[in-house]
Amino acid sequence: MATKSLHKHKSDLANSNRQLEILSNGIFQNGELPTFKDKIAETNQFPLKAKTLEILQINVGYMCNQVCEHCHVDAGPDRKEIMTRATMEQCLEVIKNTEAHTLDLTGGAPEMNPNFRWFVEEASKAGIKDFIVRSNLTIIRANKKYYDLPEFFKKHNVHVVSSMPHWTRGKTDKQRGDGVFDKSIKALQELNAVGYGMPDSNLRLDLVYNPSGAFLPGNQASMEKDFKKALMEDFGIQFHNLFAITNLPISRFLDYLIASENYEDYMYQLVEAYNPAAVANVMCTNTLSVSWDGYLYDCDFNQMLELPVNSKVKHISEYNEELLEGRNIVISQHCYGCTAGAGSSCQGTVA
Amino acid sequence: MSKTYYDPADLRKFGKISDWNEELGSKFFEYYNSVFKDGALSEREKSLIALAVAHTIQCPYCIDAYTGDGLQRGITKEEMMEALHVAGAIRGGASLVHGVQMMNKVNKLDG
Repeated sequence: MATKSLHKHKSDLANSNRQLEILSNGIFQNGELPTFKDKIAETNQFPLKAKTLEILQINVGYMCNQVCEHCHVDAGPDRKEIMTRATMEQCLEVIKNTEAHTLDLTGGAPEMNPNFRWFVEEASKAGIKDFIVRSNLTIIRANKKYYDLPEFFKKHNVHVVSSMPHWTRGKTDKQRGDGVFDKSIKALQELNAVGYGMPDSNLRLDLVYNPSGAFLPGNQASMEKDFKKALMEDFGIQFHNLFAITNLPISRFLDYLIASENYEDYMYQLVEAYNPAAVANVMCTNTLSVSWDGYLYDCDFNQMLELPVNSKVKHISEYNEELLEGRNIVISQHCYGCTAGAGSSCQGTVA
Repeated sequence: MSKTYYDPADLRKFGKISDWNEELGSKFFEYYNSVFKDGALSEREKSLIALAVAHTIQCPYCIDAYTGDGLQRGITKEEMMEALHVAGAIRGGASLVHGVQMMNKVNKLDG
């Protein structure tokens, strides 16, 4: 299990250009597999264009209390990129004026940003329909200062979305670190105790499942059924929905794929599972991703690959919804991850 | 380069068997896909049966395919190994139950 980020290790793959090179060379360069651009062109879906903004996703920093094996952010305790209050204020201006129905805070562990609570308090006043915080669960048990997070989330009617790779300890700890399963279970029980995830509760608690290795997620509805049964029987835990998310071949997951000699087979799996119906609903067409330093990206994955939006507007301070709408989405071979099978997005399947 | 009868990359070419007989190939794959759909048994149960059978017939392609399929379905390695022991028990039992035949013969010839 890793304890340091690729950045801290000064790994070759901490460099986004290196990752993009790998994704464009080899089997995609020699024509063994079609590039994503060629594939979507087959069904006249190139270029992918942004539609009306529905989801504003803000990454408030890459610092995290965990160092997960698959993390596309390469997050960890050693990452120092943290959104400042000044950038948050610029985000708030946009949040107050946007017609987007969903605000989605992510990280790292967003709760570790020192201005997180202030930001949530201010953002919740904007009256956005769905206000998501992506919480890794263990942060709630990491330190006394976080113990009241379930109450804090409840007070601001935050929709909690949390990662849970499996209902068993072994598979969860393998991906997310020793002891993560037990802490996550405790955190889920605490969220349930204040009303989160209960059948008729408005306090939404959803789980994110992403595979613990070099394979694609199974059927989302079946997985949800299995998770619900096991978590209820073993721990009395309830939650609303399970989002099955495909691991995209970037950052730490790409590093794992290469080191375990699974990269080519995984790319084959993604390309073979390509579903043109998923392309029509990929999240980059209705989402905008804001980085810790305020720059704009088509999605959190492009943010990590340092592929900014293809628009005159590059930063949250110059935000202009009209100018951003209709922009061409920036793509590479990692995009196959969002179009495999039933598709994949931060909200789960799309097709 | 070493030559082997089995190449893992051939698994993804399985569909090509239809190239030389479209009608029968299509019928087979249609049947195959129907078999694995949820029915009186769940897809999950069928996947575990397939994994056990794959080991019984010792088909490397099927072992790769249904190990991967099981992982996708969230089937744990403990469940997979138990399924294999079912296959192993039936295989072992199939040998040993013939022991009765041997015993009958011994008793007849030399009892």
